[in-house]
Parts: sequence; C-alpha cells; structure tokens
Amino acid sequence: MADTHGSQSTPHRPPPSRRTIVRLLAIGMLAAAIGIVFGLLIPWFPPAAAKQAHTIDTLYYVLIVVTVPIFVLVTTVVLFSGWRWRMRPGEERLDGPPIHGNTQLEVIWTALPAALIAALVVYAAIVLGDIGAKQPNELKVGVTGQQFEWTFSYPAYHDGAGQPIVAYQLYLPINRPVVFEIHSVDVIHTFWVPAFRIQQDAVPGLTTSFRATPDRLGSYQIVCNQLCGYGHSTMRTTLHIITASAFNAWLAEHGYSGGAQTTSLQRKPASGGGATEVADAGGWRGYAPLSGAQTNTKEGTQ
Amino acid sequence: MIARLRAPGLHRGILAIPLGIGFSYAIVLPIRAASHYHPVLDGTAILQVAMIVAPFAFLIGLGAFDYWFYWATGRPTRPEDHSGHGARSWKDYFRVNTDHKVIGVQYVVHSFLYFLIGGLFAMLMRVQLAQPGGKFVDANTYNGLFSVHATVLIFLFVIPVFAGLANFVLPLMIGAPDMAFPRLNALSFWLLPIAGLMLLGSFFAPGGSFASGWTAYAPLSTSAPIGQVFFTLGVQFAGASSIATALNFLVTIITMRAPGMSFFRMPLLVWANFSTSLLVVIATPFIAASQFFVLLDRALGFNFFNAGSGGDVLMYQHVFWFYSHPAVYIMMLPGFGIISEVIAVKARKPIFGYRMMAFSLLAIVVLGFTVWAHHMFTSGMPGWIRDPMMITTAIIAVPTGVKIFSWVATLWRGVLHMDTPMLWAMGFITMFTLGGISGVMLAMVPFDLHVSKTYFIVAHIHYVLFGGSVFTIFAGVYYWFPKMTGRMFDERLGRWHFWTTLIFFNVTFAPMHLIGIQGMPRRVADYSSQFATWNLIISIASWGLGLSTMIFVYNMVVSWRGGPRAVANPWRGLTLEWQVSSPPPIFNFDSLPTIVGGPYEYGVPGAIHAVFRDGAQVPQPAPSRAMVTQE
Repeated sequence: MADTHGSQSTPHRPPPSRRTIVRLLAIGMLAAAIGIVFGLLIPWFPPAAAKQAHTIDTLYYVLIVVTVPIFVLVTTVVLFSGWRWRMRPGEERLDGPPIHGNTQLEVIWTALPAALIAALVVYAAIVLGDIGAKQPNELKVGVTGQQFEWTFSYPAYHDGAGQPIVAYQLYLPINRPVVFEIHSVDVIHTFWVPAFRIQQDAVPGLTTSFRATPDRLGSYQIVCNQLCGYGHSTMRTTLHIITASAFNAWLAEHGYSGGAQTTSLQRKPASGGGATEVADAGGWRGYAPLSGAQTNTKEGTQ
Repeated sequence: MIARLRAPGLHRGILAIPLGIGFSYAIVLPIRAASHYHPVLDGTAILQVAMIVAPFAFLIGLGAFDYWFYWATGRPTRPEDHSGHGARSWKDYFRVNTDHKVIGVQYVVHSFLYFLIGGLFAMLMRVQLAQPGGKFVDANTYNGLFSVHATVLIFLFVIPVFAGLANFVLPLMIGAPDMAFPRLNALSFWLLPIAGLMLLGSFFAPGGSFASGWTAYAPLSTSAPIGQVFFTLGVQFAGASSIATALNFLVTIITMRAPGMSFFRMPLLVWANFSTSLLVVIATPFIAASQFFVLLDRALGFNFFNAGSGGDVLMYQHVFWFYSHPAVYIMMLPGFGIISEVIAVKARKPIFGYRMMAFSLLAIVVLGFTVWAHHMFTSGMPGWIRDPMMITTAIIAVPTGVKIFSWVATLWRGVLHMDTPMLWAMGFITMFTLGGISGVMLAMVPFDLHVSKTYFIVAHIHYVLFGGSVFTIFAGVYYWFPKMTGRMFDERLGRWHFWTTLIFFNVTFAPMHLIGIQGMPRRVADYSSQFATWNLIISIASWGLGLSTMIFVYNMVVSWRGGPRAVANPWRGLTLEWQVSSPPPIFNFDSLPTIVGGPYEYGVPGAIHAVFRDGAQVPQPAPSRAMVTQE
C-alpha cells in the first residue's frame, strides 16, 4: 500500500494486526462454509423427472458452492469495516490513510473472478450440449400452445382414421428419449415442465424444440411460462410419466393399432400460419377468438 | 386572464390540449372519409393520433418551444433576461425553467411521485397474491398492474431520478454554470409528465390498461386492446426525454469542464453519467423503433410481427432487448457513481483504484451491448447464439466485480461515518452483490432454461434494481439533500428508514428465489397452492416495505419545510458542489474554479481539488487534522 506522502504528520489509525486479519479470514471462511451448507440443504427443486434435470440440478449446486463464498466474503468485510473502522468520538476530523490503489490486488480480483467465470462457462456449455444431444429411438411429440391450453400430438402413432393421436394431457413412457416440437397458433407461450428443468417458447411461425428423457414415474405440472393474455395463469396441464406397457395401452385406447408411420408432425393446413385456419384441421378443438377485452382490435382503426 | 392564457405556462399548455385533440379530429376524419373507411368517426383512430398530437400541443402551449420558434421564424428572439432561470418561489418549479438545479429538483420530485405510485401497484399485486385463488382483482387488471408497475418504475422513476440527481450536481461538480443546452434540458423534463400520465391513463382505456408486461412482446401486444398504445406512445416520450438529456450530459461533460478538470480528475459520478449517456444515446432509439413497429402493426396493419404474413416474431425481442439490456446498466451505472461519491467522502479515503473504476464503467458500456440475447435463451432463436451470449454475460461480472471489490477496499482502514447515506451505500454493496451473483447464475444457459421467467427472475431483478439502484438513489438523495434544499434531514428517521427497508426488502424478495426454482412462474394472477405460505410471507413483507417508504416521505417533506439549515459543506466533501452555498447560487459559481488535483484526496496532506480565481474562497477540504498539522 503506497502512501503518496510521508505520513509522519498524519495520525492515521494503525493498520490491522496480522492476528486481526487471520481472525477475519477465519470468520469469513466459517461463514462461507455455513453459507454453502445452508445453500445445499435448502430444498430448492421440485422432483426431477428427467435425466437432463439431474444434470441441471448439479450445475445449480456447483453454482451455489462457487458463488456463495463471494457474497459471504464481501458481506463479511463490509460488516467488519462497519464495526472496526467506524468513526469513534474524537475522530470527527480524522481522515483515513490516502491509499490510492494496489496494482497487485487489482490484478488478482480481476483475474481470479475471470478464471472462475471461464471455468463455469465451459462447464455450463458442456451441460448445454449434453442435455440437447440427440438420442436413439426418440419419441416425437408435437406441442401446440394456444390461448389458453396445450395440445399434444404423437405423429408416429395414428388412430383408426389415420390421424396422429392427440391429447390434452401429456403421456410419456418412462426411459424413452423424447423430442418435443413446439408450435403456437396465436401468441408466444412457453412450454415449461419444471420436473424436466427445461422450458421452450412456442413461437408463432416457428418450430422450436427440446429434448428430455423421462426417468421417474408420476404426474407433474406443465406450465405456460410466457405471459399470453387474460388466462395465462390458468394455462396448465399435466404430464403423466408411465411405464412402456401402460403407454402402449394408452395408445391403444386412443385408437392406435400398431405400425408407426412418419408423417407431418403437426396437423396443420397447407398454408400454415394464421390461427383461424388451424381451426379447420380435423380433430382439433377449434381456436375460438377471445371475447371482450381480449379481442384483437387490428381492424379497429380502419 | 386573457394575458395569462397567452403567456407561456401551465395555463396555456392545458388550454392547448383540446386544440390538439381538435386538430386530430381534423386530420383523421377527412382521411377516413376519403379512404371510404367505415365508420368515419372512429374513436380508436382519433385517440391514437391525439396521443401524439396533444402532448406536442401541450409542450408548445407550455412554452417549451417558444425560443426556438422565434428563432426559426426569424423573429427577434427575446434577449435572455434569465427570467426563466432559477427558482425564486415554489411556482417556478411548475413552469419551463432553464436552471439545471430547478430541473434537477423537478426531476427528482416528479420521479418519487411515480416511485410511490409504482410501489402502491406492487402492494396491490401482493394483495391479490397473498393467497392462491385471490379475488382482489381480475386477471386482466392484475396483468395491467404488474405491467404498469414495471413500466412506471423503470421509465418514470429509476431512469429519470438518476437524470435528476445528475442534473443537479453534475454541472456543479465539473465547475460549469449550467448544462450545455438549458432549453433542451427543460424540454427533457416536461416530456416526462406526459409519459407518466399516459401510462397511468391507460387504466381508463376501454379494455383496460396495457397488460402485456413492460416487455410488451409481440404478437400479444399487437393484438391487445387500445390500452397497449398508451405504453407504445408513453415510452416514446420517456425515451425522447432520456435521449435529449443524455446528449445534454455528453456535451456538458465534454465541453464545459472547468479549467484543469481533465477526464481523470472528474468525480466518478461524472464518469458514471458519461458512460450512461453513451448507453442511452446509442441504445434508446432501439426501443423507440420496437414500439413504432408495434404501433404500425396495430394502427396500420404493417404485419411486422404477424407470422402468418411474413412477419418475424422474434425480431421484436431482439430489437427490444438491444435497448432493454443496456437499459439495465442505464439504471445502474449512475448509481455506481453515487456510491463512489458517498463512500469516498464517508470513509474519508480516496477511491481505491480510481482509474480502474472509470475503465470498468467503460467496459460495462461496451460489454453491455453484447449480451442482449441472454433474455432470449428460451425464445427459440438459433441455438448457437446461446454460447456467445453466455460468455459475454458472464464476463460482464468481471468489471462489476472490480467495482464492488474497490468499494470494499475503500472502506478498509477508513474512518467510516456510519450515517444514513453511508448505511445505504454499504447496504447497496451487499445487496447488489447478491443480485450480481444470481445474474451470473442466470447467465448459465442450462440453469436459465429452468428459471427463466419464473419468480427467480423477479427476485434477481429486484435485488439488482431495488437492492441495487433504489438503494443508491436513497444514498444519493440523503447525501445531496442538504445541497438541494439547504436543509438537513432527520438522521434518526433516516436510519429507521434504512433498517426497516433492508429487512423488509430481504423478506420480500429473498424467498422469491426459492419459489421460482420450485416452479412458480411470474406474471400470474393465481398460483398453485404449494406456494401459498411463502406468498403470504412475501405479501406481508411487501406491505412492510411500502410502509418503510413512508418514513422516508415524512422525513423528506418535514425536513425540507423546517429542517435545520444546512451549511455549505456538511460532509466535508472535496468535490466542487460542496464548495458553494446550500442551496447553490442561481449561477452556481461567482467565479469559475480551476482544478488542480483529484476529487478524492482525503487524507492526503495539503491536497487541494480546486482553487477559485478570485482567491476569495479556496475550496480546501474543511480542515482535516491532517491539513492542520501540515500547516
């Protein structure tokens, strides 16, 4: 610490003793350890029901372990300073030592976080690659969002009329990789399965997708996570992860009689696009324009 | 009476509004008739035109353009008699005034009005969310409440209140008699009430207020009722105000520094506003564009965002976030400046690593433009964009970390005056660190895929904007209150305000991290009952947070009216604003100062920041012991 002037006449407070600093360091590390334990013990996540979810949960716990000490360190030094260096009676006119900086320290606290961040980014990029990786024997599921409900279609499984099976709750067989192909017929929605830890927007005019491999039986929430209008908070449905045999039974119940075909994923009219056109497609619950306040007023000013 | 209506001022301004509306009828009706639109008299069409025309009519009536009109039409401009400069009575705050100090106060007071309104909306939202199945308001009103809450607090509180504080102190700090363009400065302020009333007025629109969030994503916004246009246009006025002020700051800082005030002798608040102004000037036109797209889509059927007609839905988000991510820094960098001022003075030490502090601001400016798509990790944009955006987003934590560590190092071995401004500054350091950390977490794409658009985001944004920006605003308002009003605030109430806010703030927002990860989406009027307990706790704490703000309001109002007189330099600061009286003289300096040293030389024996030419005042620090012994 380079004082710019001789300090013979400046009665600054003495620097903290080595013992004080060691103590502070010990307190800081103890607090960081408690913080980390606390951070790991909190039941942060809902049940995980996909292979990808476990990977993402691990990433989060790593982030907790890495970042909590930074917060604790800063807070400890701020609290310590507030206690140790506060102005005491008689010091109203006293100034601190004129320390203008310390290159070594500044290099350390630039380089160290940068290295830490670089490591985290590499790790996160690897995780991102893993959870999106193509799997063998993927089950394609079409997801369509519209105000305010979800529709799921199974393009590989057709009913007696040759139409893909369509459902309003999502049924998936356990341990079979799924690729969702997501559409919207009106505004943007977000297809979010908290138990998978993954969400993906449903965007008008685009097909978006993500992959997940269900690995836990049970029923889970499917949530629309993009504000989509009046009924947004009610745009919910349920995911059922069932055994392969139960899934086959469920398919049969919906008219599937074996023989997977590959046809277009989404039952959409040839011209695509507009919401009102989709209503024509066979088997679809028609898209009814919203009433009252929600009505599209595009023609309003003509 | 007639004379009063002819003279520029609020009367003429209000009178001009019906004239503007009449003018809108006169434009719209013939065009619709000529185009065979039916019906010819269409309220929505006229309303949209009137919302553009009437504000300009008001501004013209108010006199904001008088001087320029005289000049442009070749008529003799009235010689500047400074009658529109400075405040001699409270009435001078309600007209076009060219004094940067008056404008600063106008900005700050006006902004806090919207702080209270925006906060009240939040409290109403928390009533709705106190229990699952809340019936306090219907879903549409609820969507309107959070949309207006965010919009008002961003565009009419955080951004302008920083502009207001800087307006007051920045010219003083650099030794300038005023801002570079005083008339433009006045116009910038008067655009704000227009934007504010428009946003609030949307609640009276048929179909309710705009309810597509402050992000107004298309095509939800292009298909929403007419209330949406109040957002679309209100933001234009707020944005224009922002741009004009930023230009003003840039020119002022570049050209009007006192002799000797090199860039590296500028206080960091000036650096912060220089950086912010760069961001504003470059980025704000993008949100203007995004909202003009929406307006054209809605009013004239341009189909920019209509996927069925070749429109591109994601385009809206790219253009919007190209402004709105830098806007996060527009809402934070001036606060960084405030904290640097407060901490140096209150710790009685030079800012640790001054140059790095300045450079990190510039680094944030540059990096701030490279991270926008991290708001779109789940949007369906091409997957490869995720990785570069993750990298830049994470890197921006480095210059921010440099600032945090440097402030902490400034505290080290200081003589900390733990009064109200300092408490806010230290509270800021800790709370903002937490917000920064959750920001780094969100940068990690796989984690963001889970928590994007959940309450985790709500928690993050409030730790950054409340624990961050608002804490710095409180620090700044308490710190400069004596300078702005000439009065001292009540220190005891200030401390009460800080501690109650700190506690209720954390109880309100910390649990949101948890319920977000557990699966509660944001922007919902109802939620699954598993989140009921936390939501009740949050709702109660949010009302505590609202009430703690009342301590602040009471303190400010009572102290302004009758607090003890403030001396010129109550904090023994070195920067120039403390070397003039409180409040400062109308033209700031009787003689211009010459800068001879850095702004933060606390504890340096014999250090002088500036000398005044007439030699009558030497703005030394009020004699510190170091200086006394030196002499």
